[in-house]
Amino acid sequence: MNPHLKQQMYFTLFRLTGLVSFGILILILIYIINLGAGVISFNFLTSMWANRDITTGGIYPAIVGTFYLGVGVAFFSVPVGIACAIYLNEYAGHSLVIRMIRLAIRNLAGVPSIVYGLFGLVVFVQMLQLGTSIIAASLTLSGMTVPWVITSSEEALKTVPQSFRDGALALGATKWQAVRGNVLPYAASGMITGSIIGLARAMGETAPIIVVGATFYMRGLPDSPFDKFMALPYHLFILATQHVHPQAQAYAAGTALVLVALIFSMTFVAMFVRYRFRKRKDW
Amino acid sequence: MDRTIAWFFAFNGISTIILVLGIFIFLAIIGLQAFAHISPFEFFFSTNWNPTSYVKPSWGILSLVVGTLYIAIFSLIIAVPLGVACAIYLAQIASPTMREILKPAIEMIAALPSVVLGLLGLLILAPLIADIFGLNSGLNALTASILVAIMALPTIISISEDAITSVPKSYSDASLALGANNWQTIRHVIVPAALSGIVAAVMLGLGRVVGETMVVLMVAGNARALPTGFFDPVRPMTATIAIEIKEVVVGDVHYQALYAVGLVLFIMTLAVNFAADIYLHRQEGNK
Repeated sequence: MNPHLKQQMYFTLFRLTGLVSFGILILILIYIINLGAGVISFNFLTSMWANRDITTGGIYPAIVGTFYLGVGVAFFSVPVGIACAIYLNEYAGHSLVIRMIRLAIRNLAGVPSIVYGLFGLVVFVQMLQLGTSIIAASLTLSGMTVPWVITSSEEALKTVPQSFRDGALALGATKWQAVRGNVLPYAASGMITGSIIGLARAMGETAPIIVVGATFYMRGLPDSPFDKFMALPYHLFILATQHVHPQAQAYAAGTALVLVALIFSMTFVAMFVRYRFRKRKDW
Repeated sequence: MDRTIAWFFAFNGISTIILVLGIFIFLAIIGLQAFAHISPFEFFFSTNWNPTSYVKPSWGILSLVVGTLYIAIFSLIIAVPLGVACAIYLAQIASPTMREILKPAIEMIAALPSVVLGLLGLLILAPLIADIFGLNSGLNALTASILVAIMALPTIISISEDAITSVPKSYSDASLALGANNWQTIRHVIVPAALSGIVAAVMLGLGRVVGETMVVLMVAGNARALPTGFFDPVRPMTATIAIEIKEVVVGDVHYQALYAVGLVLFIMTLAVNFAADIYLHRQEGNK
């Protein structure tokens, strides 16, 4: 075959695969909106869950629970993840310890979420006796979020030119002064946006909180980190698979729409901010 | 002051090692206790998993492992060609505008909660598959694999794209200067040079697929028998843990056996990740 024609053919095929990937996302969004929009109302978003007749209640406690989980995960995973990234990128040389830390991070990122759940169940729920609480679930989800925070924070630190550090050090700054004054301010936006994307993913996780134990129905809202909680992904899972109400699947789809809207708006805002910062950067 | 801060950062770094070891140790401590009651031979080679039988509980995970492998193979058959082709498109062919639209879109797919995909499988894809192939139920290995493939896609695309982009420009320049066209350069120069990275991407995708829980829990059909084909329902290891962990008594043999399943899963993903790591290093060494 004519090489030029062959190139045309293959390039068209590849362009098509790009469109397919994009199309998958759009198709998923259309379906979720289509299936879920019908049950969305002010009442659905702001009232307590009515287990007896699900059509009269709302998912407010599940929204609040997911929000609390997000706060908990941010509290436990973001500081550790950022500190670890700073260590790896700014302090560590090339030693065995560093190689082991990197290997550990790679493996943590690959551990199945349900395995994190098993770990959380034995360590946080049983050994530390935190029970099926917000704090136990947050700690469990934090384990899987930490590698994501580390990876994106390291990427942000790598974009800061070496000359920034050298300049500070040459003027007599200590290592920490150089990092604090000349590196962190320029990496902060990247670290924060990366962490938000990681948090959004953690808030959509279901398997670990099935194992650690979320609640499908509770009176009132949780009033301390040690209280049990409802969560959007778990709520939607139970509605979709175990609830007998004839409308349950429609309400599952409505819950899915709220969850996806929450996660996508967080991810989208973070990506947009990151994009703007990258464009504005003038070094 | 400076030393203290350096130690603080080092401690946070080392905590990741502690976490990995902690996960392994706890799974092993609890999981291995199961073998006081279950013969390892039965556990690994029997296809009969029925821990709650009134007559005699049986503990063979082979059908569950095969279920996991079924989903892994089918979903990679879908995700690898699509993902690698899309990575080539992004890295070599797409215009900058297309890239700025597509890359965030792929990151969005990665952010999509798997439980939502499971729901769409339940409500949309399973009935569709049942319709197309004339089946009683669309909850089977094929339906689950299609959805799991979507979950693996972002991993495969982004790692392959990194590998392709990291091929030095001098390689393609040399090829183009010799009169090869763009496609010939991609086919014979760039892709071979990025191959280790692409293999690593497939490995990491495999790790993701093996660990996927919600989709398989909701749409794989949940059957504990050994599958014989595409359209059979399966129940992978992850789904088994998710279904049964809430019904067991802490400290019971069944509880321990589920941790043993978790341990097998952990070791499988660890092996896949090590392999990916080796290929990634090879790719970096090529630069």
